[in-house]
Amino acid sequence: MNYRMIKNVLGWILWFEAIFMLVPSVTAMVYGEWRELLFFFATMAICALLGLLCRLGKPRDTVLYAREGFVIVSLSWIVLSLFGALPLFLSGWIPNYIDALFETVSGFTTTGSSILASVEELPRSILMWRSFTHWVGGMGVLVFIMAFVPLSGGQNMHIMRAESPGPDVSKLVPRVRTTALILYAIYLGMTFIMFILLLLGDMTAFEALNTSFATAGTGGFGFCNDSMASFSPYVQIVVTVFMLLFSVNFTCYYMLFLGRVKEVLNTELRAFAIIVAGAVTVVTLNIVSMYQNVGDALRHAAFSVATVISTTGFATENFDLWPELSRTVLVLLMFVGACAGSTGGGIKISRIQILIRGAFNSIGDLIHPRRVKKVMLDKRPVDRTVVQATNVYMVWYLLIFVASVILISFDDHDLVTNFTAVAATLNNVGPGLGKVGPTGNFAFFSIPSKLVLIFDMLAGRLELFPMLVLFAPSTWKR
Amino acid sequence: MNIMIVGCDRVGQALAEQLGGEGNNVTVIDIDAEKVRGLTARLDVKGVIGNGATHAVQGEAGIGDADLLIAVTGSDELNLLCCLIAKKAGNDCKTIARIQNPDYSAEAPYLKDELGLAMVINPEYTAAAEIARVLRFPSAIKIDTFARGRVELMKFRMPEGSRLVGMTVRDVVAKLGCDVLVCTIERGDEAYIVNGNSVFAERDIISIIASPRNAADFFRKIDYKMRPVKRVIVAGGGEIAHYLCTILRPTGTKVKIIEKDHERAGELSVELDEVDVIEGDASDRELLLEEGIRGSEAFVALTNLDEENIFLSLFAKSVGCGKVITKVNRVDFDDVIKHLDLDSTLYPKNVTADMIVRYVRAMKNSRGSNMETLYNVIKGKVEAAEFKVREESAVTDTPLKELTFKDQVLIAAIIHDEQVIIPRGHDRIRVGDRVIVVSRPMGLDDISDILL
Repeated sequence: MNYRMIKNVLGWILWFEAIFMLVPSVTAMVYGEWRELLFFFATMAICALLGLLCRLGKPRDTVLYAREGFVIVSLSWIVLSLFGALPLFLSGWIPNYIDALFETVSGFTTTGSSILASVEELPRSILMWRSFTHWVGGMGVLVFIMAFVPLSGGQNMHIMRAESPGPDVSKLVPRVRTTALILYAIYLGMTFIMFILLLLGDMTAFEALNTSFATAGTGGFGFCNDSMASFSPYVQIVVTVFMLLFSVNFTCYYMLFLGRVKEVLNTELRAFAIIVAGAVTVVTLNIVSMYQNVGDALRHAAFSVATVISTTGFATENFDLWPELSRTVLVLLMFVGACAGSTGGGIKISRIQILIRGAFNSIGDLIHPRRVKKVMLDKRPVDRTVVQATNVYMVWYLLIFVASVILISFDDHDLVTNFTAVAATLNNVGPGLGKVGPTGNFAFFSIPSKLVLIFDMLAGRLELFPMLVLFAPSTWKR
Repeated sequence: MNIMIVGCDRVGQALAEQLGGEGNNVTVIDIDAEKVRGLTARLDVKGVIGNGATHAVQGEAGIGDADLLIAVTGSDELNLLCCLIAKKAGNDCKTIARIQNPDYSAEAPYLKDELGLAMVINPEYTAAAEIARVLRFPSAIKIDTFARGRVELMKFRMPEGSRLVGMTVRDVVAKLGCDVLVCTIERGDEAYIVNGNSVFAERDIISIIASPRNAADFFRKIDYKMRPVKRVIVAGGGEIAHYLCTILRPTGTKVKIIEKDHERAGELSVELDEVDVIEGDASDRELLLEEGIRGSEAFVALTNLDEENIFLSLFAKSVGCGKVITKVNRVDFDDVIKHLDLDSTLYPKNVTADMIVRYVRAMKNSRGSNMETLYNVIKGKVEAAEFKVREESAVTDTPLKELTFKDQVLIAAIIHDEQVIIPRGHDRIRVGDRVIVVSRPMGLDDISDILL
């Protein structure tokens, strides 16, 4: 294990955290929140200093292997969250550090689960920091760092692979750094377009910026207690559309930019469109009787489907009050999640496609034991190792899910709450049903349960393996 | 530059590593997913899995933006097809093909012109040419030539008890009066570019740059063996052996090839009339002794197995063979092999990769003072580049002592009007000169890059 190199990268992480905090600091200056500004500056100073300590002493050996890649990614996210929580905790708005950590992890992992009952009383700089963590976490912190800092040669791919969602990560262009820059350019461009469109609605600049950050990262932290319910239908529609756009594989946008339209409409995107259309239809028909007209029902159904499948977690309506069919569809969509290579969470469409096709193939193999048939995706065989890794992913997903539900059941809340709380955090959705529904929050869980859910959020965002590798004893042996 | 490499075997890997490291955007294509995955995990390159000779796969890899396609798969026909398609599909894409088969290789100029290839490279022939050079001057470990043979870069191991031991580099000029330039000293795992105060020690590996005549003078003065090899035993009758015989034919060197395969031995004896072809297993100790390996002038191990080549060479050394050349295919363990008591080790893959890198560097800078030749003096640590100075720049017409060079940069030779000058402080570079620069690898593209 190359500890010096890991320390070095963590130093960069701390420095970038200090840079990220410039955003809420500026907000604090604009709105004259001097007390909060002080705590942001204090945290920035701590990060800069510790970062400097970590970066002292050049590592002799800059080679990173797969395990260092995993460890760097998981440690980076943990460090980022530990220090990101400081302003919330120090300023006293969240008096308990574990709660502040929960909130920050929820931010960086783009989950959007909150322990705050009322967000409206928070200062604007704190709200901005919460939303901005979504934006940073959406595309990935290390991807961001890689775009600007020359880390060692080719080994970056281990890091990028560990941080990017999806079963098989490939580069857009030959260089990791250029790939990272292109991804962030697309990300920034789309966020900006959304910001402009929201400004054209009834939102102030502050609200539009917060909403854009939280949507781009598919996070879902709001700044109103009723999330998006009090905004105009126009704003709700813009948010719906962009939640869906941000759950599409970013490679598609790059291909679109290059004019390679055929590659844009891949199997995953088509499946995503079909699932969204199907779910919206079912939910609309199911809830139409509750609303005055079909238009309203359609708008709320589309918003809720988009918010859940993109794993954002905004709400216009308390879908916990909808009929059982709609609630079931929405909970199932939590697990499906967005497309690979997007900012969304969940299991991911392409992974589900590989799993289902592999499962059907296995039945065929039982009938014709000597048959050779590969799992195909976009008319290409999916490599055996990818299929296997996807199966293993599913097994670990279920193990973590079950273990988490059992662990938080000790708190003695109802099954729906426990089940959807884990589903909402492991899939980075945000709200669940029952006590953790769109109008509820996660404050009532005990400290151990919150730690379990923090682990779930990190594991979900980092696609399980980095966190598992971090806790595997053999990682730390020679 | 955007470069596509078709074929991820060792040559492809060596190329991807070197070209990618020099700041080019490299995309590798191979039909074997495992190879592509292995390479993309290790290097910052993009990998595409598929048949590189199809339009679709090349399109996916971005042939439209590619400046250069290098086809180095194991199959000549596939390489040529790759280049043809790239030529049509690409947007003014230059192509380089590796051609191994002597049938095609003989037609290399025709292929180059008619198919519009930028370069046809034959690793076996290149390797054979390098072996032939070393046989002509057996005291050297490796000889590279610059400026069409007017300047040579030679590496040799300092013999025990040489009069050079204990001398400083400055003494070579002062005491011996030789017009040669000492470039590098390798001692154990260390390797550095020398300065005037560096001291020679026993068993150092030293590289010098000089004109052939001055080099001969230098070696005479330090009592070093100079006679070209007249009889050589070659183990393994592959393509390299074949090319080696054709290159050596005009020099009158007698070659004895030991080949195991009956058919191949027959083929060789027909094609190479003047060569003694022995049918037998080159790893048979008795056979080697019978054929006179003991005390023979030179032995070249060219079988397909690296291990066999290495231990045959060690055996040849142990029975007092004069000069031993070992071919090693795998480049991964070169640091270990370096410590063995072998004379010259030849890595055909590196030879090929070096040639292509040289071309790429020159192509990158097609105007100005571009690079003509590039050699790895010590792999990954020191390289020697030859530039042709085409226009005035900061380096021209100023005495060298007034220029500030980057660290570890050595102007090794200036060729002015066909005359080789080993430069001293008062010499200056003029337009039209060729300049040989020894430096650590820093991706030099232009002669002015050597200045701080």
